[in-house]
Amino acid sequence: MKEKGWKECLWGGLIVDAGNSVLYKTGDWRSQKPIRDEKKCTDCLQCWIMCPDAAIKVKDGKVVGIDYDYCKGCGICSKVCPFDAIEMKEEGEQ
Amino acid sequence: MVSLKKLSEKEELLAPGHRLCAGCGASIIVRQVLLAAEDPVVIANATGCLEVATTIYPYTAWRVPWIHSAFENAAATIAGVETMYQVKKRKGEITRDIKFLAFGGDGGTYDIGIQALSGALERGHDILYICYNNGAYMNTGIQRSSATPKGASTTTSPAGKVIPGKRRFPKDLTAIVAAHNIPYCGQTSPSFYNDLIGKVQKALSAEGPTFLNIISPCPRGWRHETDQSIAMAEEAVTCCFWPLYEVENGEWRLTGYSKQIAEGKKEKTSVIDWMRKQGRFRHLFTDARKPFLDSIQEEVEREWENLKKRCGY
Amino acid sequence: MIQALSGNTAVAYAMKQVNPDVVAVYPITPQTVAMERFADYVADGDVDTELIMADSEHSAMSCCIGASLAGGRVMTSTASAGLALMWEVLYVAASNRCPIVMNVMNRALSAPINIHCDHSDAMGARDSSWIQIHAENVQEAYDNIIQAVRIAEHENVRLPVMTNMDGFTLSHATERLETLDDQQVQKFIGKFKAIYPLLDVDNPVTYGPLDLYDYYFEHKRQQVEAMELAYDVVKRIGQEYGKVTGRSFDMLHPFEMDDAEIAVLALGSTSGTARVAVRAMRQKGVKVGLVKLRVFRPFPKDGLKEMLKGMKAVAVMDRSDSYGAFGGPVFSEVRSALLGEDVEVVNYIYGLGGRDIRQDQVEQVITDMSTVAKTGKVKSYVNYLGVR
Ligand code: SF4
Ligand code: SF4
Repeated sequence: MKEKGWKECLWGGLIVDAGNSVLYKTGDWRSQKPIRDEKKCTDCLQCWIMCPDAAIKVKDGKVVGIDYDYCKGCGICSKVCPFDAIEMKEEGEQ
Repeated sequence: MVSLKKLSEKEELLAPGHRLCAGCGASIIVRQVLLAAEDPVVIANATGCLEVATTIYPYTAWRVPWIHSAFENAAATIAGVETMYQVKKRKGEITRDIKFLAFGGDGGTYDIGIQALSGALERGHDILYICYNNGAYMNTGIQRSSATPKGASTTTSPAGKVIPGKRRFPKDLTAIVAAHNIPYCGQTSPSFYNDLIGKVQKALSAEGPTFLNIISPCPRGWRHETDQSIAMAEEAVTCCFWPLYEVENGEWRLTGYSKQIAEGKKEKTSVIDWMRKQGRFRHLFTDARKPFLDSIQEEVEREWENLKKRCGY
Repeated sequence: MIQALSGNTAVAYAMKQVNPDVVAVYPITPQTVAMERFADYVADGDVDTELIMADSEHSAMSCCIGASLAGGRVMTSTASAGLALMWEVLYVAASNRCPIVMNVMNRALSAPINIHCDHSDAMGARDSSWIQIHAENVQEAYDNIIQAVRIAEHENVRLPVMTNMDGFTLSHATERLETLDDQQVQKFIGKFKAIYPLLDVDNPVTYGPLDLYDYYFEHKRQQVEAMELAYDVVKRIGQEYGKVTGRSFDMLHPFEMDDAEIAVLALGSTSGTARVAVRAMRQKGVKVGLVKLRVFRPFPKDGLKEMLKGMKAVAVMDRSDSYGAFGGPVFSEVRSALLGEDVEVVNYIYGLGGRDIRQDQVEQVITDMSTVAKTGKVKSYVNYLGVR
């Protein structure tokens, strides 16, 4: 974001663009990358409810992917998955 | 039992892109709390990790009305917001139902914010105050609070040659809150999301002040791997360091896993085993400090027995 | 309507007529009676206000901030240690642009503990970005509160306003005053306009983010601008109030200044004492005038310069000290406003902890100023008046 002058921004640090943190990608903090095995996944959503970064994408009650723009690679999803469907891999290696 | 499928249809009210550490318990808690709320909410947040990391200007992760004022006054701030709501509702200027939440860490709740919290509870505001309790001032670099467990090494209760970390047990804030005779309060853990979401829903449907003390693992302060957060907040419950319970209109009740332990349906794990997995207790595992370590296990036992008695066991 | 009211009951009465949405308060002498009276109005259903009896002044102001940003009219009252305890959140209220109106019954700060008047409390809060208005008497205290609502809520300003009055000297003194009808007050203040209210759940806003070196300065600069714009707003509302009541207000109120060669500058109830002293000295042929500083924030630097330039000597009365500084807070500001003018400005610090200030003492000050005017010599720039 371009830095604004005092006449251009709202007073007191007020932010009216709710949820604009999505413009800030935390994915590049990651050193470990969660890889989900669709075949093992049963869509139990344990990973989704435990992810600190809302990075497990769910649609119609089914996991449709991991949002690597925001996933910080904490590994919680991999630990809580009852079906060992998520594996943590070194970032970069596939 | 909550249906995760159903919940997953709800909008995420805490947007990603916030800058809490990887594996932070606070955002897991907030997500679960916001998923539990059925009405629109307004939130006041005490100064702390959650506040700082979710609202670094010009960004905000909050998709609900949110205010941070200072460290010690989240309860007073939300009380003010709620009071204005009551006036507007009475005057017919607002018709819809809105719920009022405050989030504070243990520093902002147990220590510097306890007066404002106590005042708001006593005055009877219709609010839910949530303490995300990670047991230290993590935001400023892991200083001890009155919620820090006995034996934990923090930057202001460091384990030295003579002193083995924090020497006092944390105060029992949930019981202090319960003594305000409010309609609903309790303890829970994000590892038991059914318990957590159920309690948030109960709290929000009660009329008057309610409170939840939620254990919030902090990989940095507790010194464990980031993927261990949920395991740590789970074992805190299974070893009875952090029992799950609620106090509803004066009636004390164990819930979930803790209830099952009390009824002999689940095994109680060892506090010392839980501590062994966290770097903040590492210094305690020497022969010389065995008596100190044992005293912690004993104290947790004693507190657990007391709680069981209160809950009618 | 003509009524006989004490400072406290006049404040409560003005608040009743304003009928704010929320009042959050904590008892402290000498403003407790105001809150007791206001609580009576609430108990009797004479107002629509929700009254929060908070657990401390810090919480009271925090409740006010929450309530104000929720989107409604908010008032409170405090004094002394209460204001000091609010210090942290005064800044929060101002920077979040909460149009809160707070009555302050000025009282000394501890230690030693003292319940009587001086201005240490208000002066301690002078940098918090609150507009500060000081009353000379109970009538003005009443008038100021009603104007303050308009000033605070003005869209060019949107800053909190502190209406000050001297503890005990005014808070506990019963005076004859003229009050407006409730409808007149309501008409004058108008309806509250919420800007970005928290209760608008369909348009969620974030108040109070972490603001680092990249934006904090810009947000502070905005407050400077709001204070700048407040000069005009305070003046215009003071005139408008005059049209309704016959009592107009400005930032500075001169008395006998037209041909004055020396002047006394005071704020609060001391202006009344000084007026009597000026009148007496005028009878003795001394060409002295009085400048009453009604508004301390924003500081009326230009008006003051205009009014005081050409004076041979000006005595500035300070009812608080800034320990280790060159004189009291009002003195420092008056003196710097007169930069470049050939005016001797002399400071008199007086009345700490409620020590009386008598007419003869002000007359002595005027005599001293005459000597300065004649000799061009100042013995001491900072003087302690009435201390043993
Ligand atoms: S690794 Fe952590 S941040 Fe990434 S998806 Fe899994 S739980 Fe979420
Ligand atoms: S926890 Fe495992 S099985 Fe369940 S939804 Fe996530 S990846 Fe699929």
